[in-house]
Amino acid sequence: MKQEKEVLKLDQLCVHFPVRGGVFRRAIGSCRAVDGVSLSIKRGQTFGLVGESGCGKSTLAKSIVGLVTPTSGSIFFQGNELNSNLLTPEYRKSVQMVFQDPFESLNARMTVGAILEEPLVIHRLCGKHERSKRVAKLLKQVGLPESAAKRYPFEFSGGQRQRIGVARALALEPELLVLDEPVSALDVSVQSQVLNLLMDLQDQLGLTYFLIAHDLAVVRHISDVIAVMYLGKIVEVGPAKDIYANPVHAYTKALLSSIPIPDPSAKKKRILIPGDVPSPINPPKGCAFGNRMNSPNYLTSVDQELKMEKVGAGHWVLACPCCVHL
Amino acid sequence: MRDKQASQALLKVRDLSVSFTTDEGEVEALDRVSFDIARGEILGLVGESGCGKSVSAFSVMRLLPRPMGRITNGKILLDSKDLLTLTKEEIRKIRGKEIGMIFQEPMNALNPVKKIGEQIAEVFLLHQGVSHRQALDLAIGMLDEVGISDPANRALEYPHQLSGGMRQRVVIAMALACKPKLIIADEPTTALDVTVQAQILDLLQNLQKKNGSSILLITHDLGVIAENCDQVCVMYAGRIVERASVQTLFKNPIHAYTRGLMASIPRMDGIPKNKLMTIPGIVPALSQLDQGCRFAPRSGLSHPVNSLQRRPPFKEVASGHWVEACPVCTKI
Repeated sequence: MKQEKEVLKLDQLCVHFPVRGGVFRRAIGSCRAVDGVSLSIKRGQTFGLVGESGCGKSTLAKSIVGLVTPTSGSIFFQGNELNSNLLTPEYRKSVQMVFQDPFESLNARMTVGAILEEPLVIHRLCGKHERSKRVAKLLKQVGLPESAAKRYPFEFSGGQRQRIGVARALALEPELLVLDEPVSALDVSVQSQVLNLLMDLQDQLGLTYFLIAHDLAVVRHISDVIAVMYLGKIVEVGPAKDIYANPVHAYTKALLSSIPIPDPSAKKKRILIPGDVPSPINPPKGCAFGNRMNSPNYLTSVDQELKMEKVGAGHWVLACPCCVHL
Repeated sequence: MRDKQASQALLKVRDLSVSFTTDEGEVEALDRVSFDIARGEILGLVGESGCGKSVSAFSVMRLLPRPMGRITNGKILLDSKDLLTLTKEEIRKIRGKEIGMIFQEPMNALNPVKKIGEQIAEVFLLHQGVSHRQALDLAIGMLDEVGISDPANRALEYPHQLSGGMRQRVVIAMALACKPKLIIADEPTTALDVTVQAQILDLLQNLQKKNGSSILLITHDLGVIAENCDQVCVMYAGRIVERASVQTLFKNPIHAYTRGLMASIPRMDGIPKNKLMTIPGIVPALSQLDQGCRFAPRSGLSHPVNSLQRRPPFKEVASGHWVEACPVCTKI
């Protein structure tokens, strides 16, 4: 049984970006990229976050690693609240990120050894000799030969580069890895190699993952808990098997039904969602998804404050009258 | 069955080879590729990046980058007209009229400084000899057909004002404007979200049924293949390694590469956290290809010298089910 210790907790986290306009570039509105997200991730878990592009997944990830300052709300790490101005070196050390595109996230002018050493240098963790030993160990952990340290990123394939990205994130022995679409830039046959590596590392090192992906089959495969995000808000969160077997929110249902299944004899009913995700600059009032679906009950959601309601063990849903029928 | 299909085939590609001149010398991107598309049929080309899917599509459209890319061998017959012998002017009359193309990245396929209505109207102006006013009306009709609301006003907008899904609808409207016999869709939904992907594929299927056209659908997503195609070709390193109807291919894949590809994707009905099957190594660089079975280095199976040195024959193992018969890679 896994330890039920909470690693990360977000409470009503909001990230709003100002929209500037006019002669003086004054803020004339705000883009609600992340709008009141609360979640909790336990140690050793993989927390999967899914949603369409533009729903705020990546902004949420960036605010967790401190690349974006939240507008309001709080982040708790291992029970301690973080002040957004006081992201301590300890916190930065414990939370590392793996980026989507392995071709752009590695410095082309540095050798792989230098890339892997850099976090150790910045955090003044060990001496030069010790560092090269650590680099060798990291390369071995991600399944690359020791000789890779002397080579440059362009000499590696996409899958190998993503391994280097993972090794760099592991250099500081973090607690939590934020994985932003770690396999979406890779070929199918290489994707499974990297997913297996991530699962192995989690077993060996007891890592906690915050995984963002748009491939719902990938998320299902490696996640324990899954949250579905729509227009800056989490609309449903719960254990992976419950989300996939018994989705409650209309958006989750539609999202799951739109995955193409690699089996020509599979019969399925597809729920087509019309249109696109609305702009978070002027989000519709009330339930944003009900608005997109022209749901008959949409108008009843306009004047309500939508709250998360429990529908099962650890399974919560944003209870809106048009998308959820309990 | 197969002979009957072949006689009805709209497009026949025979022994097509394509070379590119690169810094590393001459590389062969396609090695004697053959396939047919019957009328009203959707043929899927599936494979990983660099396997030659897009080069096949660009060859049919005669859009290979010049002077680097050259067709060195083979025939491409559209209704028994050899596209490779046509002059520039002749092929321009076919592009857009008889063959429509849908590209992967809709933003790059559209002209950013031209209104979308004008861009679609161009197709009618070029191929149907109508007046500008008529062409615009036809363009608005096309926008309506691809499910864009308020088409008369949308026609006046620029590509940047539309979302990704909308832009792809515009590209589809352009490709289908002259009701071409053949539509080539090169990864039409790769840049889109799953929900929008479902909309676009649904639209494409409906229009295809309505017009009775054939589609060459290129994708790396086996799910998209399974749900949309009639026939499938699996490509690896510039060759077709397996060709079958979609039911046969998914029920009874024979080549080790096809089986590896199918086993390595996480499935919605699989057991979570299970180790995924992997294909070791990476897709080989085109400059380092062997003459023999090209999957040999990644198959994890030891190959006899014979199948390493000579290309295995392309054999029909069951009715309509063809496979590159490397004795090791096709042994189940």
